[in-house]
Amino acid sequence: MAAGGTKSWLGAPLLRPRVAFFELTSCGGCQLQVLNHEGTLLDFLSLVEVTDFREAMTERSHEYDIAFVEGCVSRSDEVARLRQIRRNARTLVALGSCACFGGVPRMKNRFPDPGLLAREIYGEYPMATETVRALDEIVPVDLKVHGCPFPKEELEKVVLHIALGKAIETPRHPICFECKANGNVCLFDLGELCLGPVTRGGCSAWCPGNRFGCWGCRGPADDANLDSLRAIAKEHGFSGEDLADRLECFGGFTPREAPEPSPRRKSRKRGTR
Amino acid sequence: MLFRVFDQGELPILFSALTARHEVIGPVEAGVDRHGKPFYAFEPATDFRALRLAYTTTKLPAKRYFLPCREDLATFRTSGSDWSKTVEYNVDRPRVFFGLHACDINALNKLDKVLTGGDYPMPWYAAKRRNMFIVGVDCEPQPSCFCRSMGADTALSGFDLFLTGIGDRYFAEILSNNAYNLLRGIRAVEPGEEEHVLYRRAVAEKTRKYTARVDTTDLTKILDMEFESPVWKSWGEKCLSCGSCAAVCPTCYCYGVEETVDIDLSVARKTKTLYSCNLVDFAQVAGGHNFRPESHSRLKYRYYHKHRGFVEAYEESLCTGCGRCGETCLAGINVPDVIASVRGEGGA
Ligand code: SF4
Ligand code: SF4
Ligand code: SF4
Ligand code: SF4
Ligand code: SF4
Repeated sequence: MAAGGTKSWLGAPLLRPRVAFFELTSCGGCQLQVLNHEGTLLDFLSLVEVTDFREAMTERSHEYDIAFVEGCVSRSDEVARLRQIRRNARTLVALGSCACFGGVPRMKNRFPDPGLLAREIYGEYPMATETVRALDEIVPVDLKVHGCPFPKEELEKVVLHIALGKAIETPRHPICFECKANGNVCLFDLGELCLGPVTRGGCSAWCPGNRFGCWGCRGPADDANLDSLRAIAKEHGFSGEDLADRLECFGGFTPREAPEPSPRRKSRKRGTR
Repeated sequence: MLFRVFDQGELPILFSALTARHEVIGPVEAGVDRHGKPFYAFEPATDFRALRLAYTTTKLPAKRYFLPCREDLATFRTSGSDWSKTVEYNVDRPRVFFGLHACDINALNKLDKVLTGGDYPMPWYAAKRRNMFIVGVDCEPQPSCFCRSMGADTALSGFDLFLTGIGDRYFAEILSNNAYNLLRGIRAVEPGEEEHVLYRRAVAEKTRKYTARVDTTDLTKILDMEFESPVWKSWGEKCLSCGSCAAVCPTCYCYGVEETVDIDLSVARKTKTLYSCNLVDFAQVAGGHNFRPESHSRLKYRYYHKHRGFVEAYEESLCTGCGRCGETCLAGINVPDVIASVRGEGGA
């Protein structure tokens, strides 16, 4: 799928990477987000050559440089699929919270009896599911685009910077700074709970901007101070459970169940293959 | 300095004279907090009745009008292999600030020293700053206010007109021709001895109301001595590294510059974004080394810049004592407590 010819920047032709989008266990929302922003969609698509995108096209190919993978791994066939994608792609991008840290599905890991869950949900059509894992618990991941879903602008920037050969920076500090920059009044002052102080910025404080406390969909900021937030939440009258519910929702703050260590993971350098 | 006295009923006339020709920014009520207390913001105002001149410190400073959080410094339009650059100072008209407190006027004076005073003035700031008309108003010290400790409780410069309530009249200080001419549009008279006494009484009354204090005696030296003090670590354990303190601070000016390209490849931009020394990568340099990887070292340097480095460079602190950072900090980190703990008075 291609829109327009090869683009150039200041007279120099741009790299036009072949990209493919894949879906593991997820709601498909991140792939839909890829197709959002109609105003810039054609510009976005003209920077890449999409060779596989089940959500958007029928023809498919296994030739691609960059694999964008949505979803977490919850079945053995997905493990195999992900490994194959990793072998094919030069760069593997985890797209969205499920891919980055297991996302909402990760909640099921806390149930000690997985059989019970399968019976409750799938009834007489049981499906063999395993412990939910993030992509980087199976294969090395080169880049994470955080969020449930991620802001489209963030992905546009990733693709643009790949095309231009510019470094890609992941926001590292908590949401609060953007929240204040947007002129919001802190929701704690209004009596509401918010995970902004520990959650990775970059969403322009989407939820607090709409007067809705952050649920941490982008996962922890670098150097997130959870102990301090616990004390603050308590001081503001929120129960430990209120806070724990939020922290658990998108999987980013959930300690990982001991992952099976992958031998390739240690020997491989980031971004090379 | 010239002085005038006028009835408070004349103020709406003054305000209307200003709004007739200019954009006027003033304190308005922005909501009610969880304790049922109103809070305030500096917003464009066209109706005098919307102004709350008896406001308590706004949650966010007026900074966004002269140091916006995000601002394009230059844009580059491309066509083929050619490009042309446009620099915009992002100001198209004079702005009136109606009702700034002394601390916030002093904040501007401090910013002026850094951003317009040196060898390399910042034109994006200067352009906005030179196009301001400032009406100051007196205030009622709140429990978080320690401006008096920082010498920022009165403004001696940096405004056009400053109003202090004396009974049902205002005692007006005039610092500019524009302010003088503006006052000619209302019934204002020269104060006599009686009004001088009333003014001094009003100021003395305000001075008595301060409860928060910061002892700045020898502070630069004490900070040097206490660089390794364990109190920094204990404040650091609370700190969320969220940067809210700098975001609400009227004098924090740190920024980063990013070059971006629009997705349609027609325009590139150099964009300035305010930043905070508490954010995790503030002191990270090319190659990835981070000089301040721990939150306590970042928090410490925030205090060293405000209360030591700036004092050595400009003989005054970069803190006005407005109290906003302490009020906004969810972890309860505030200047009076931090400085007291560094001085060994009260623990972290
Ligand atoms: S509303 Fe949330 S994100 Fe915004 S400043 Fe408050 S805690 Fe931070
Ligand atoms: S504010 Fe929080 S929950 Fe909302 S989009 Fe941002 S990270 Fe996700
Ligand atoms: S001192 Fe408070 S407001 Fe400042 S970064 Fe630390 S937690 Fe945030
Ligand atoms: S450091 Fe805090 S008290 Fe001082 S000027 Fe800044 S916000 Fe106000
Ligand atoms: S170094 Fe920190 S305290 Fe100083 S101006 Fe910058 S952000 Fe503010």
